[in-house]
Amino acid sequence: MMSSQSVRRIFLLACALAAAAACGAAQALEWNLQPAASAMAAEIHDLHEYVMILVVVIFVGVFGFMFYACYAHRKSKGHVAAQFHENTTVEIIWTVIPAIILVAFAWPVTKVVIAQKDASAADITIKATGIQWKWDYEYIKGEGEGIHFVSTLGTPRDQIEDRAPKGEHYLLEVEPGTEVWVPIGKKVRILTTAADVVHAWWVPALGLKQDAIPGFIRDTWFRADKVGTYRGQCAELCGKEHGFMPIVVKVVSQEDYSKWVGDRKKAMLAAADDPSKTWTLPDLVARGEKVYAANCVACHQANGKGTPPAFPPLDGSKIATGAKAGHIDMVLNGKPNTAMQSFKQLNDTEIAAVITYERNSWSNKAGEVQPAEVKARRK
Amino acid sequence: MSSVPHAHDHDHAHGHDHAHGHGHDHDHGHGHGGGYGGIMRWITTTNHKDIGTLYLWFSFTMFMVGGVMAMAIRLELFSPGLQFFNPDLFNQFTTMHGLIMVFGAIMPAFVGFANWQIPMMIGAPDMAFARLNNWSFWLLPFAASLLVLSFFTPGGAPGVGWTMYAPLTVQMGMGMDLTIFAVHILGMSSILGSINIITTILNMRAPGMTLMRMPLFVWTWLITAYLLVAAMPVLAGAVTMTLTDRHFGTTFFNAAGGGDPVLYQHIFWFFGHPEVYIIALPAFGVISQVIPAFSRKPLFGYASMVYATSAIAIISFIVWAHHMYTVGMPVTGQLFFMYATMIIAVPTGVKVFNWVATMWKGSLTFETPMLFALGFLFLFTLGGFTGLVLSIVPVDIQLQDTYYVVAHFHYVMVAGALFSAFAGIYFWLPKWTGKMYDETLGKWHFWLTLIFFNMIFFVQHFLGLAGMPRRIPDYPLMFETWNKISSIGAFGFGLSQLLLLYVVLKCIRSGEPAPQKPWEGADSLEWTHLPTPVPYHTFETQPVLK
Repeated sequence: MMSSQSVRRIFLLACALAAAAACGAAQALEWNLQPAASAMAAEIHDLHEYVMILVVVIFVGVFGFMFYACYAHRKSKGHVAAQFHENTTVEIIWTVIPAIILVAFAWPVTKVVIAQKDASAADITIKATGIQWKWDYEYIKGEGEGIHFVSTLGTPRDQIEDRAPKGEHYLLEVEPGTEVWVPIGKKVRILTTAADVVHAWWVPALGLKQDAIPGFIRDTWFRADKVGTYRGQCAELCGKEHGFMPIVVKVVSQEDYSKWVGDRKKAMLAAADDPSKTWTLPDLVARGEKVYAANCVACHQANGKGTPPAFPPLDGSKIATGAKAGHIDMVLNGKPNTAMQSFKQLNDTEIAAVITYERNSWSNKAGEVQPAEVKARRK
Repeated sequence: MSSVPHAHDHDHAHGHDHAHGHGHDHDHGHGHGGGYGGIMRWITTTNHKDIGTLYLWFSFTMFMVGGVMAMAIRLELFSPGLQFFNPDLFNQFTTMHGLIMVFGAIMPAFVGFANWQIPMMIGAPDMAFARLNNWSFWLLPFAASLLVLSFFTPGGAPGVGWTMYAPLTVQMGMGMDLTIFAVHILGMSSILGSINIITTILNMRAPGMTLMRMPLFVWTWLITAYLLVAAMPVLAGAVTMTLTDRHFGTTFFNAAGGGDPVLYQHIFWFFGHPEVYIIALPAFGVISQVIPAFSRKPLFGYASMVYATSAIAIISFIVWAHHMYTVGMPVTGQLFFMYATMIIAVPTGVKVFNWVATMWKGSLTFETPMLFALGFLFLFTLGGFTGLVLSIVPVDIQLQDTYYVVAHFHYVMVAGALFSAFAGIYFWLPKWTGKMYDETLGKWHFWLTLIFFNMIFFVQHFLGLAGMPRRIPDYPLMFETWNKISSIGAFGFGLSQLLLLYVVLKCIRSGEPAPQKPWEGADSLEWTHLPTPVPYHTFETQPVLK
């Protein structure tokens, strides 16, 4: 046996390191499930607590025996080994009792599983489409029907790359105005699907997680019972920026929700770009820079150099300096079997702006593209 | 390890009087590797002990390679923000860390044990197919090279996770193809090795060594070999379909062509769950040798251990979709896989109860192998319990793809399989090398490994519960403290493993000569019927067991 002194020394060293690490971090320690904001999340908390109690009791019992044997049945204390083995009664008992405990436990769990799967009779249905690396939301049924927006990471690259201090909701914030608003107490059904690879829509406080599978539609639901802002992240590895596609749900009162729906619809009408408008080059570049920052910068980088070979440079590239049609098609349709997906969900003005930005930034000087030209190439 | 000149002057237990020293030719002309010396001895060897040694050194090398990647991952996760690696490279590290540790480190380690121990434990002269055995091993370095080389191809190694889910795999560069071929070769190696193990065990046991008298380590490997033969072709199928989806226009996993991305997950986990037991069962086997030896008492329920192992193996084929509760399967599917998963706790419990009952009223001593076995027992059970927590569908839906799962499977894979491998190494090292290892250093290795392991992984349970997804290179600020502790633990754990290397090298170079049976309570054939160190060829005449 190693001397107890050296054991203690190692233990103290480990504690000191742990304490040093704990002091270095500013935030309080989180070590349990997030506070529940729906009945389902509360059920999950309860189940987790029951199973933990069960597990801890068995663990302490079994290892109580083990440590007692380690203490009392040591050779160094002169204990002589008994030679007993095989005892049918004992063996049957320790097979049957755990089985009975499990069956008893399975019953309450089964009820929750069935309830969790029942997404019927929803008040509001929202479709969440995972796209590398953002969420596209469409309110397709219930109050707010027709609202449609794309939600991208709101944390600036400067914070991620340690050039600026990190904000309170670092990586858990979306672009302002792209939170998913829902009214309190209403059953909200979430349909998930994906445009490219598998993603997963997850909001821990609401007690749901559902994979978003390209080509298929799955559903899940929640009924929030506390007003507040709830934050989650994509939970299924979806490529390079997997860690950077947050989900923010704002649970509000019915009045606030109705007001939001009204404002949102008015804003959508007002913000609709007129695709027949002709823009000047500087205006397009200025608008395009914003579109680029929201959609393109993660792969092609702010300096346009990309991270080849997976994410090619735009600076000096054949497509970004060649024929306009090729460039428009690439942005509209993407390139099959690569991370370059279709951006056809952007409107004609946005696409024209971002293309113009790309053709007139860094060392590129290839003229402007007007919204009408994009419209002409849409199929 | 066996290349050491013998320092003993033992009487050989079974009456051969030819020189058994390594580096000499034997008097009837079957020297090492058909008479070659140097490197050619190792390339051409058909001797189960040489091949076992090769497997173990290969495994240790890959353990170091995968370990460096793990430390790179923990380095990036030390602080929020991106400091060292871009997210792409980070994903490549997590993917390759997983593949290399599972296929390059843990599985070959136990095949190494099987090669060394099975013939000696059942009284056979060697493995049944000696040349096939050589080939099973020498496939591995090629597969490992492909995996490592993929980092240097355009686009780098695949960043898809070790599970290689479709359709993300379609977006990857050439590194993905190298990985697919590596998996094919690894699978071939495993299948050939398993056929060899099954044949050896079923046909080459000494007279009197009935199936129900075999040491439990041999039993667990017999069952594991069947699992491998059944599961590896399924994985080969999954990656082959990925390959044709990538290059030949098939759409197995693409809905646009009538396929389904979830199909990949079903196929992968139909392999993947038995794979968990392919790793765990031989670990159970090692523990079932070590605990009785240091308790000086027979295993409590030999027969029930055999039945429990078989039950686990069979049930392991019907629980795969518990890895996929969030894909949106029907409620009946969720319930079926939940019940089946809970059931597997019963035979696993039987094993744990048996080990504890074996210790009960024994005469215990705590040499390094026993310490690692106890570490295994305690922490593997903890990992088993978090597995039970994860089997509960609603709880799993909250914890799926979080650090809770990362903590869970590292308790099973590291504190389970790796601790068991360490227990086995310290247990059999005297037999293999003829020398005793340094007990004090061995204990240091155990305690450092135990403490740093828990520092890395225990806190990850908290991270997962609080909502940190796995496979992310950067994280929200509330997770910082636990990540810092985990990272410090990881660096300590990695460095502590160099101590193992030192202990083994020191043992080979300058260990004290070991007696035939250094462990008082050990009772299988390699201790009772063979001298230490074991002659290059053993049991040329079969022992007869009464």
